[in-house]
This record gives sequence, structure tokens and C-alpha cells, in this order.
Amino acid sequence: MREERSDMSEDEDGGGGSAKSRGGGGAPPPFSDQVLENVLENVLQFLSSRGDRNAASLVCRSWYRAEAQTRRELFIGNCYAVSPRRATERFRRVRAVVLKGKPRFADFGLIPNNWGAHFHPWVCAMAAAYPWLEKICLKRMSVADGDLSLLAYSFPNFKELSLICCEGFSTAGLAVIAEKCRHLRVLDLIEDYLEDDEDEMSDWMSRFPETTTSLESLVFDCVGSAVNFEALEALVTRSPALRRLRVNHHVSVEQLRRLMALAPQLTHLGTGSFGSAAAAIPQGGNNVVDLVNTFAASKSLVCLSGFRDVAPQYLPAIYPVCANLTSLNFSFADISAEELNPVIRHCHNLQNFWVLDTVRDEGLQAVAATCKDLRELRVFPVDPTEDSEVSVSDVGLVAISEGCRKLRSILYFCQQMTNAAVVTMSKNCQDLVVFRLCIMGRHRPDHVTEEPMDEGFGAIVMNCKKLRRLSVSGLLTDKAFAYIGKYGKLVRTLSVAFAGNSDLALRYVLEGCTKLQKLEIRDSPFGDSALLAGLHHYYNMRFLWMSSCKLSVRGCNEVAQRLPHLVVEVIRDRDEDDDGEFVEKLYMYRSLAGPRTDAPPFVKIL
Amino acid sequence: MEVAASDLDNLKATELRLGLPGSDAPEKPAPASPRGSKRALLEANEEHRPGKSKSLEADSRDQEAQPVAKARVVGWPPIRSYRKNSFQARKAEVEAAGLFVKVSMDGAPYLRKIDLKLCKGYQELREALDNMFRCFSIGELSGMEGCDGPKYAITYEDKDGDWMLVGDVPWEMFISSCKRLRIMRGAEARGTRSSP
Repeated sequence: MREERSDMSEDEDGGGGSAKSRGGGGAPPPFSDQVLENVLENVLQFLSSRGDRNAASLVCRSWYRAEAQTRRELFIGNCYAVSPRRATERFRRVRAVVLKGKPRFADFGLIPNNWGAHFHPWVCAMAAAYPWLEKICLKRMSVADGDLSLLAYSFPNFKELSLICCEGFSTAGLAVIAEKCRHLRVLDLIEDYLEDDEDEMSDWMSRFPETTTSLESLVFDCVGSAVNFEALEALVTRSPALRRLRVNHHVSVEQLRRLMALAPQLTHLGTGSFGSAAAAIPQGGNNVVDLVNTFAASKSLVCLSGFRDVAPQYLPAIYPVCANLTSLNFSFADISAEELNPVIRHCHNLQNFWVLDTVRDEGLQAVAATCKDLRELRVFPVDPTEDSEVSVSDVGLVAISEGCRKLRSILYFCQQMTNAAVVTMSKNCQDLVVFRLCIMGRHRPDHVTEEPMDEGFGAIVMNCKKLRRLSVSGLLTDKAFAYIGKYGKLVRTLSVAFAGNSDLALRYVLEGCTKLQKLEIRDSPFGDSALLAGLHHYYNMRFLWMSSCKLSVRGCNEVAQRLPHLVVEVIRDRDEDDDGEFVEKLYMYRSLAGPRTDAPPFVKIL
Repeated sequence: MEVAASDLDNLKATELRLGLPGSDAPEKPAPASPRGSKRALLEANEEHRPGKSKSLEADSRDQEAQPVAKARVVGWPPIRSYRKNSFQARKAEVEAAGLFVKVSMDGAPYLRKIDLKLCKGYQELREALDNMFRCFSIGELSGMEGCDGPKYAITYEDKDGDWMLVGDVPWEMFISSCKRLRIMRGAEARGTRSSP
């Protein structure tokens, strides 16, 4: 499963602080100061949190320089907030880079293709500045095969590549990485979209070095094309350090078994299809027995995912490992509560659980009964439409809240909900940091009382004192936002859709949520005057996204004029004409780099 | 496949109506209160959202006119296309693979179609055909044998164009080779015996 590593988490301290710092170091310091700086560097090198580092860099010039020299991991939360040149000039000894591009709503098709977030200028700058670079992690960036090639040739010591929700590259790019990065430890491809022409696919699996490799993690479940299985098998055989392996759905359960037998030391396994290759091998009882034995031999497994085309008769094979599992991702497995129950009953140590709503409320009740240590739950809809059948509801939510008191993060898609259930969760799960509830029908009220969902979300912000991320849904009036503004003092990320009655709602949030960094709003009736209410705060935020609201060009222009360090992008859909005053999509973010030069024609920067 | 539904289908198909196709209310029992209240709320909310975008207005009108086929809004519910595609691809595979074959019955005025994918085996097939042609048949198709042998034989045309007796080969093999079905009656059926 895609783990929320600390550097990728949306809840990390001091997001984008580097953008606020002063300019470069100026003239070199006198000798005595240089000694002090060296001492300082020796101390500061132990600072790992970027929030702390940003704070340290603001103390004085000397500290600024010392910090810049000792920062090893560079986190850029918005690739357009600073230019590659500026970043590489300030931080000269970086070994690891995390770079994020498009806003999250791009995942839902709200941003036209070719909007931007190109990796190219960054890899060029880094190739020149950081020859000793070891790690790159990209999220929502546009990455070309040429970029991967440049990466592979420029960094002889390269060790870890993670691409999350990226697009633009293909198996050809992967082939170069495999071949040239001889010290590669991690190749994690997570929910990327590969451009692969059916006819021109590259056998990248065969391109890894023929000697023993240092591979620790190989994740490729999002690669749509089949890989050369013999090559994969051979690779696993010569990768004794391999701990994490997630294969794609082309790998059948028989093939998986062979891989597992070769790598009993695996800790994280993505099972691919977990079904038989179509009609290849008869589904006899022997297969299941073999599979059970193989799982029994994998004593180190703590994380299971995959199960893309799960054949229910194979599920019992995982019983031997259930008790050790801390993380289980069934979110692609179309299984019922009856099929889930015998599995989940053994999972006493589970902390992360992702599942499809096909398990229904009964399935969630089973989870609540066993998984007392659960920290994160995600319930996805198998049929993500507004009018699909009710499968999970307030009943499941209440059950979870009563059974899983240590819950910190929840994402819950449902067709119907009640305020009472949400209030119950707010009282039972005091450790909640992330609360994302998606009632799929737009403007849907409490299905029992027919009232808006204001009280439920109000209770969440009131009672969950550690809350940092909130996504709201259902029928919501301005009152809900009054609650959020009043009580959501730690909220950093807020997602709003089809909610609120008037500008007041947005005002409450902008005036009340002092720690707000990321605000994404769609289809809500907020206009210019609400937008202008946030002028005092926008420099403290990473970005603001507003689409299908009531904004006009005049209002956005005013923001752009009053805040010169804010880049204000007005994006229109490709096939729409210039709509005059009406702003369909607004994306604005603080930046030291000024308006970007790579904006496509449908983006207008004010 | 319930009898009631298919009979209703027949009736509705022959009923003369004014109106665009697809503009009927759905026959399956829709959850009444949520939909009802949703419509009421949509109307109530019209006042609260005077300036909403054009696409949204069209959507809500669509919603009220055609509760069955809702207009979809871009990016809602917020599921990544990666996840959507995984399921849609499989759903499409499963649905596209629905195996509809024509079924004729000697003496019946018209043919029917049956989805072989919905039956899990021969027993279900016999029952389904029985239900479908109940109004025409005198006795049951499913395995009832009088002293002079079964009155009907279910046969199928295979890939080679030969007419075969249903029941001899494994079910999976049958559905992959069956092109159409024919229920033989009377004299022609005599002398044949379906496998148990």
C-alpha cells in the first residue's frame, strides 16, 4: 500500500518555509566567524525536521548559511514556488529531493492536460548542482522518458526513485533507470499513468544489472503492461535485500507463489491479481494448499496489497500471515462481508486498512470487532456514482468509532450519513488527525433527520483537537463553516465541494483557520468579496484552489495586484472560449519565482 | 430472472406510450424517501445558489427529469482515475462478455433471448427457460419424464452449425460454443434423453 511517509505527508510541519527566507549569503564572513559557522554546521546537521531548519535559517545570516550547507533533504511542496536555480544555489549539499507539482484536484480531471509541473527544468538544474544526489521523490509531476534518462546518466550514486501520481513517461524510461542506476535500492511506481504504446513496450525488467543487485523495494502495480516474468523471477533471485515487492495485475497467483518462494524475507507484498491466469490451470485444491504453505513461510510479511482480481477460494491462503499484518489493502478486491470476515478475524495487529464498500456495514463491524489498534481506515466505493446502492453508511461509521478508538485517519465514501454518527465518531476517536467524509450524493442531508450535516462536522472540529486535515460533504450551510473557523485552529488542509450558502462561509474559514495552508474548493457559491477576505493569509498558504464558484476576473485581479508574490492562475477548460468576467478555475500560490514561463495557452496569469 | 419482471417487460414493450424512450420512472423499487427529499431539497436550494455554474444547473434539471440516468459531474465523486479505470475496465469486460443467445421454441410465435452468463449451470438454464416459456408449455422442461419420455428437448447450435443436445458437455465448454438454443417439442423430441 502507498504508505504515508513522513516526507510525503500532507501534515508535515512548516510547509514551503524555504520560500519565505531571505536572499543569498552575501560576502564571505571573516575567519573567526567562519570557525563559528563550521561549529554551527556540525550542530545543525542533526536537525532533520524542515520546520526546525526553516526556523534556524531565519536567526541570522550565519545560521542561514550554516543551515543551507547542512540541509540534506530538500522538500519543495510546490514546484512553482521557487525556481530550480534558486533552490540549487542556496542548498548546495542536497542528497535527496522531494518535489510536488499539480494541485490535488488534478487527480479528478479538473485540470486540463499539459498544465505544467514539468520535471525537466528541475532535473537539468540538479544534474549540474547535485552530482551526488541519491534520492528523488516526485508527486503529481509530468516526467518524460528523457528526464529519466538524464537522471540515470547524471547521478552515479543514485539509490531511490519514487514516482507518485506522475505521468508522461513510459517503460522506455524505466529501462534506462534499471540499466544505468547500478546502486538502485528503491524503484517505487505508485499510481502513475504510463504512456505506453502497445507496439513499443520496453522489456525493462530484463535491463537490471546481471549481478547481485541492492534492490530493497520494487513497486510497479500501476504499470499497465505485462512484464517479462522470467526476468522478474531472475531479478528477485539475485536481489537478496529485497523487502518490498508489489507486482501488477498481469502476475497470476501461480506466478506470485513462485516469486514468494524465492523471497521469503519480504515484508511488503503486492499480490497482483491473486486470481488464476484465465483458464490456464484448473483451480484444484492443490493450488490453494501450495499457496497457504508459501504464505506460511513468509514470516516477515507485515503489509499486503494487490488482490486485483481476487478469486475468493485463494483468500484463505493468507490466513497464516494475518496475525502479523499491520497494513492490508483490499481496496481493489470485490469481496463481501462473508469473504472478509474469516480474514479480518485474524488481523489483530492491523493498523492500516483499505477496503471496498462491497463489504458493507457488516464487514466494517467485523473490522471494528477485531482491529483494536487500527490507525487508518479508507473505505472506497466500488461504484463511484451518486446514485449507486447504499452499501456502507452511518452504521458502519459508528461501529468503527466504537471499536477502533485509536483511529487517526479516516477516508469514508458513502451514500448516506447522519449527524449522530459523525458526532459519535468525534467523541470516540479523539486522536483523529485526518477526517475525510465523502457523501457521494451532492447536497445530501442527514438521511434520518433531513437536516444539513453542519452539526456532525461541527462536532468533529470541536472534539477532535488534533485535527489537521478535513474534507466535508453533504448538505452544508454557512453554519458548518462557522464551526470550522471557530474550532479548526490546527486545520491545515481543507477540501470543500458543493457546500455553503454564501461568502460568509469562506470568510469564516479564512479568518478563523490560522494554520490553513491548503484550501481546495469546488462548486460552492463563494465570490470575490470572500476571496478578498483572505488577503492577510494567502502568503502563509501553499495554495488556494477554487473552481466553479462565483469568482470574477476583477476580483482575482485585485488579489494579484495587492499580493505581488502570489501567482494567480485563471484556468479555463480547453474547449471553452474566453468567458469574459467569469472565472471557472482559480489556482493561486505564493512564489518567489514570479509568473511561470511554461504556462499553456489556457492558463492566464494575472 | 423473475417471472414477474419478464412478464412486465413483455407488457411494457407492447404498451403504446407518448414520450421519449428512457423517460419512464424506473421499475425497480427506488429508495423512495432519499430521492423524494433530494428533489425537494434541490428545489429549495435553488434559492440558495443563484449563481451556480451553467453545468450545474443543467445537471440538476437532468436529475429531476431522469432519475435513472444522472448527469455526471466532472471529478465527482472524487476518485482518482487510476482507481476508476481499474474497476471500469473489469466491469466492462464482465458486462461485455454477457452472452445473449436466441431461444426458439417450437410453436411459440416469437423468440426470446437469454443471457447464458447469468446461469451458473444446466439446472438454472432449464429453470430459466421454463420460466420464460411457461405460458406456452404444457408441462415442465426441467427433468420431468413421463412414461413416454420427455416432451421437450433443449438443443443448441454449436460453432460448427450442428444441433446438439444440451447437457452432454461441461457447462463452461457449453457456453463457449453455444450460438443459439432451440426447444424441440413433440415427435422430434422423442427418442432423445437429456443427461441428468
